[in-house]
Amino acid sequence: MGDILRLVGKRLGLGLVILLVISVIIFFMVELLPGDIAQAVLGQGATEENLAALRKEMGLDQPAIVRYFDWLLGALTFDFGQSIVTGNSVAAIIGDRFTKTLFLAAYAAVIAVPVAITLGVVVALLRNSIFDRVANVVTLTFISSPEFFLGYILILYFAVKWGMFPAISSINDGMTFLELLERTFLPALTLVLVVVAHMMRMTRAAIINLLASPYIEMARLKGTPPWKVIVKHALPNAWAPIINVIALNLAYLITGVVLVEVVFVYPGIGQALVDAVSKRDFPIVQACCLIFAATFILLNLAADVGSILTNPRLRHPK
Amino acid sequence: MSQDKSVLLEIKDLRIQGYSDETWVDIIKGVDLTLHRGEVMGLIGESGAGKSTIGAAAMGYARDGTRIVEGSKIEFDGMELTTASESERRALRGSRIAYVAQSAAASFNPAHKLIDQHTEAPLQYRIKKRMEAQEDAVDLYRRLRLPNPEEIGFRYPHQVSGGQLQRAMTAMAMSCRPDLIIFDEPTTALDVTTQIEVLAAIRDIVDQFNTAAIYITHDLAVVAQMADTIKVLLKGNEVEEAPTEEMLKNPKEDYTKSLWAVRSFESPQRHRPKDATPLISVQNVDAAYTNGPKILDDVSFDIYEGMTVAVVGESGSGKSTTARVITGLLPPQKGQVLFRGEPFPPDYRQRNRDQLRQCQMIYQMADTALNPKVKISEIIGRPAQFYSGLTGVKLKNRVDELLDLIELDPSKFYNRYPPELSGGQKQRIGIARALAAEPTFIVCDEVTSALDQLVAEGILRLLDRLQNELNLAYMFITHDLATVRSIADEVIVMQQGKVIEQGPKDEMFTPPHHPYTDLLLSSVPEMDPNWLTTLLEERGVDNVGDAAAAKIDPNDAKIT
Repeated sequence: MGDILRLVGKRLGLGLVILLVISVIIFFMVELLPGDIAQAVLGQGATEENLAALRKEMGLDQPAIVRYFDWLLGALTFDFGQSIVTGNSVAAIIGDRFTKTLFLAAYAAVIAVPVAITLGVVVALLRNSIFDRVANVVTLTFISSPEFFLGYILILYFAVKWGMFPAISSINDGMTFLELLERTFLPALTLVLVVVAHMMRMTRAAIINLLASPYIEMARLKGTPPWKVIVKHALPNAWAPIINVIALNLAYLITGVVLVEVVFVYPGIGQALVDAVSKRDFPIVQACCLIFAATFILLNLAADVGSILTNPRLRHPK
Repeated sequence: MSQDKSVLLEIKDLRIQGYSDETWVDIIKGVDLTLHRGEVMGLIGESGAGKSTIGAAAMGYARDGTRIVEGSKIEFDGMELTTASESERRALRGSRIAYVAQSAAASFNPAHKLIDQHTEAPLQYRIKKRMEAQEDAVDLYRRLRLPNPEEIGFRYPHQVSGGQLQRAMTAMAMSCRPDLIIFDEPTTALDVTTQIEVLAAIRDIVDQFNTAAIYITHDLAVVAQMADTIKVLLKGNEVEEAPTEEMLKNPKEDYTKSLWAVRSFESPQRHRPKDATPLISVQNVDAAYTNGPKILDDVSFDIYEGMTVAVVGESGSGKSTTARVITGLLPPQKGQVLFRGEPFPPDYRQRNRDQLRQCQMIYQMADTALNPKVKISEIIGRPAQFYSGLTGVKLKNRVDELLDLIELDPSKFYNRYPPELSGGQKQRIGIARALAAEPTFIVCDEVTSALDQLVAEGILRLLDRLQNELNLAYMFITHDLATVRSIADEVIVMQQGKVIEQGPKDEMFTPPHHPYTDLLLSSVPEMDPNWLTTLLEERGVDNVGDAAAAKIDPNDAKIT
């Protein structure tokens, strides 16, 4: 176990370094954008004195490097500064929205991951059958359609024609969990449709890849039924690539929801990001980017650890 | 004791086709086979003779990409397998017919404990409850003389050694007390010392339960120990079948005779020149892989120009690591390598082109050592270009010359790709690639162990001829003592990273030996069908193989 802890520690350290590099890039990219923040806040009619006063107040008269470290130290304590537009704390604005995005992503993941793996196992078992091909074509169709398009199609049928689910996912704190699930079903379904294909195809490929192994032939020659050969003998050895694809898709669920949230008017972090970009609210943009980056890194770390843990050679050293 | 000797398996006119190049090709061309209860039949022949395919067919199983042709008859204990449904056939597998694969390490599922894999079939067939099946597994482990039988089943495959895994797999085959076991080259991947243990265990258990067996191997000496009858196969056809004793004494067909005569090749032994500087001198080398334990411990030996030094020892004894130190792939922790008396830079990256060309390698698996997407002309041409700066017509002439040298027709092979070649031809390409650099010294790492005996002999003859023509020195890494006998001038025996004995071949094959050398030599199966029985009587069942090797300290002085 000590080895695994050390491995995890190493990956975690590496993840932190990457996050640091990304923070530098995010901060200075925003810095490079044309325009003056103080000017943007005060508008064209502002006097030089007013501008200077605001710059001083916002710390913009300091050199960039000093402001970077100020920002970074703040970020460590979840203090991302104030919104330029509203003056409220960035953390307060996006914190709540990020939880909502996480909820939507988790909702989609809880459906998508088991469905994808089960489908993957079934198509591996029935490989090259009609079912395999149909599943392939259908999931590929979903993955190749833009998610806003899928979202509108779902709205058209489920909300407008059949009236089963609300078209707009407006939610508030007073709702019960079930109400929440109902309100957010359509955006979650959109996300599920988009991510299932990848995970299903990787599960299928990882399993089929192992079917030529001697231990699979051995299992067959022991009289093991075909479904058991796949579930018991192939799947446990196929986790590593599957977990990696799952992690990538989960990260996509969180960071790629922007369009879906806009389509369903869901008050998540994607909405906040879109609003902030259009209003040049840089502190919010920076904070969102940093959170997305951290999510990606954390999920990939989790995938690495997951692949290690599913490897019996590492779990049970000699 | 009277045992049932009725017919158990009857195969008639078995034809199997394999799918290749978009057509079905015959790979088994009408083989008959009759096996009685309790009988052990040896199937022998080169790879590609169809031995394993027949073994699988006896279970009513056609491997992916093969099919059993209609009209073939496979009758197992009154049941016709070719017309039975898939679920009827599957119900026999594991319960009444079991299979023991060539590489136990690859054939045990790495994700599950041994005992869970062992009890899978009995639980599947509801023959036993889990606890009973586990107790039975432990009992079988004990009968197969596995160490710690109570506990070994609860380990994962990677935690158990190859020889033990092979015995555990035999135990697994026994789990439902089948009537028939197919042994598919069960000891080919093992060291000689380990092989004995497995052979003894298999023979013992098959005897105890009166189990019939088909024993597939290309090793005649092994089959002589195991089988009651031997069937010789060649390219999907039966050559002949006879009881073991008779087959060994009077083979009738020419092909069988040629198999029997394979080990006839012996290169005359050369001796060290007097007052010469050794070509390669390994001096007090210690080596280890990154953060690993010490693999080589104070290894020293010399190799003289134009001579063959065979390095023998079990897997893990440090043979290949020594080669990696000499070629500069693994810089030693201590000690040095001299070339013609001058120190060789320890890391290949610090060696200049002329130093690099001196040492070349030929690998065990020609299959994986040749890039399948690169033409033969380029595989051989690349080093010729790199080391000698040849281009254009000169390069083409050199490649032709090299192909001539390895006895392959340049006009036929120049533009071909490795996958189109047979195993022996691939290995020849590997040799030509090494020669292209015009080396003085070649490391041959188990170059014949993946090849059939006839083909292997051809490679040995070729290497010997090249050595005489080009005055090459070889370091010949092998665990096969018959190969040593045929090609070596000097022998080095390694155990646990130490050189425990070295000297000219004639001395090494005459006693007295270091106890480990003695163990190695005595573990090589001989063509005498009573060899194993006699050996076990002499040494005792618990004093062969790993157990015996473990008792020997590599620091022991040579017994004089």
